[in-house]
Amino acid sequence: MSDTSRDKVTEAGVAVIGGGMVGSALAYGLAKRGANVVLLDEGDIAYRAARGNFGLVWTQSKGDGMPAYAAWSLASAAAWPDFAEAMASAAGRSIGYEQRGGLVFCVGDAERDQRAAQLRRLHNQRDDAAPVATMLDRKALHDLMPRTPLGPQVVAASYAPGDGHVNPLYLLRGLHAAIRRHGGRHAPGAAVTQIVPTGGGFTLTRADGAMLRADRIVIAAGVATTRLAAMVDIAAPVRPQRGQIMVTERLAPLLPLPASALRQSAEGSVMIGVSVEEVGLDTGTTVKELARMAARALTVLPVLAEARMTRAWGALRPMTPDGFPAYAQSSTYPGAFVATCHSGVTLAAIHAEALAPAILAGRLPDGFEPFHPRRFDVRTAA
Amino acid sequence: MFARPHSDTPHLTITVDGQPVGAREGDSVAAALLAAGVVAMRSTPVSQSKRGPYCMMGVCFDCLMIIDGVPSRQACMVSVRDGMRIERQRGPRPLEVDTEDSP
Ligand SMILES: Cc1cc2nc3c(=O)[nH]c(=O)nc-3n(C[C@H](O)[C@H](O)[C@H](O)COP(=O)(O)OP(=O)(O)OC[C@H]3O[C@@H](n4cnc5c(N)ncnc54)[C@H](O)[C@@H]3O)c2cc1C
Ligand code: FES
Repeated sequence: MSDTSRDKVTEAGVAVIGGGMVGSALAYGLAKRGANVVLLDEGDIAYRAARGNFGLVWTQSKGDGMPAYAAWSLASAAAWPDFAEAMASAAGRSIGYEQRGGLVFCVGDAERDQRAAQLRRLHNQRDDAAPVATMLDRKALHDLMPRTPLGPQVVAASYAPGDGHVNPLYLLRGLHAAIRRHGGRHAPGAAVTQIVPTGGGFTLTRADGAMLRADRIVIAAGVATTRLAAMVDIAAPVRPQRGQIMVTERLAPLLPLPASALRQSAEGSVMIGVSVEEVGLDTGTTVKELARMAARALTVLPVLAEARMTRAWGALRPMTPDGFPAYAQSSTYPGAFVATCHSGVTLAAIHAEALAPAILAGRLPDGFEPFHPRRFDVRTAA
Repeated sequence: MFARPHSDTPHLTITVDGQPVGAREGDSVAAALLAAGVVAMRSTPVSQSKRGPYCMMGVCFDCLMIIDGVPSRQACMVSVRDGMRIERQRGPRPLEVDTEDSP
């Protein structure tokens, strides 16, 4: 049921603030376990990475400097197949999910050596675990994808068999449908402007003046998280980091496995990504970045020179100072939680299946300790 | 289905899959084809269902055609030229690979 001015939700067990990738996954995980959930989302004028991301479900390269994050990403990838099935069933269609492995292409020997060293470093931080990714040389790559016309400068790639990709828009549709299916309520056009802790619960004020009382709240508002989290006394520094993406016309199958910054969707479009830019709240595109991305894609797959580009856009990743997720419950106002991360697609499954139950239980278990944003206080104090 | 509001006759000729079709200076390819009764301009890459122009202003990408040999051009955004060769686009577009990949 969606919210209208005649029909305002005034009470909820859990109010999730932010209907993007993180909030929607959590609302689904909560609703499915019987919570009385309302998902409040600002709507079309908001910055919404959920609608502008690249769609990788990705584990390789994750967690350099925080092994807990590597393990968390792997756990999510492992939970993805069942999660994807639930999403497809709720969406009433395929969500374009495939988990057949993913690649990071290396152009030239220097890139290959660097990538191999990075994989070794990642592996060394996770003693006793099997390597997430291995290096494939040119011949092995050819054997893996004999019909993909890789450019001559591609000398190798790292390969993680557990990586995959998904259509993020169908995923979001599935999440919202699943929330409704489990009795949750989705309220678009419901920006929260104020949070006031009241008598063991929280009173939320919306931009349109409507009020709502909830026993528990989860703040998952992407790049808008910091300001809302401060209202429940959690310091959660999040800044916007722009990524630009461009998309070709739909093409016959060309690239069977998704790669970092290059993937072909189930429908045939080739997506070319992804810039990393510190430009504040600006979702624009620039010829400079698009040209750089296109040139890289042409080095990997020269045949793309013939393809027509149909669209390009910019979107903002919610980024913490160290790039790792931030999850916390307010110690001043128990019952208020914050969740933010820059790989919300990858982590959607584990958010629904592990973080949501913890929120419902009212306590983040010790395993969540490394993700607490108090680590950033320590940094500024030091 | 569509009629031109003015009675002046088309004086340019374009071809659609080899068949001559009349058009007027200033027509977009999509407008000329609609006026000539051609509605389905491509079949989709995924389900092969038929598509024609929808927005007529470059937004929906439903009007893609092969124009003078260049695939996936928006027929609503390209003006006709005498002798222009238009072809319907069918299914997903293969990219030409010249040489076999060798490891
Ligand atoms: C270019 C790009 C490529 C990416 N590629 C990938 C990828 O391949 N794989 C991957 O895992 N991740 C990827 N990401 C990251 C992923 O998109 C984000 O991690 C994820 O969307 C974050 O989810 P979120 O819910 O925190 O924020 P968002 O998805 O941005 O959602 C935030 C929501 O909060 C709402 N909101 C804001 N303020 C308020 C308010 N006051 N009240 C109510 N609602 C509010 C907004 O309406 C919005 O819907 C990419 C991101 C970008 C930008
Ligand atoms: S008709 Fe919509 S883009 Fe041409």
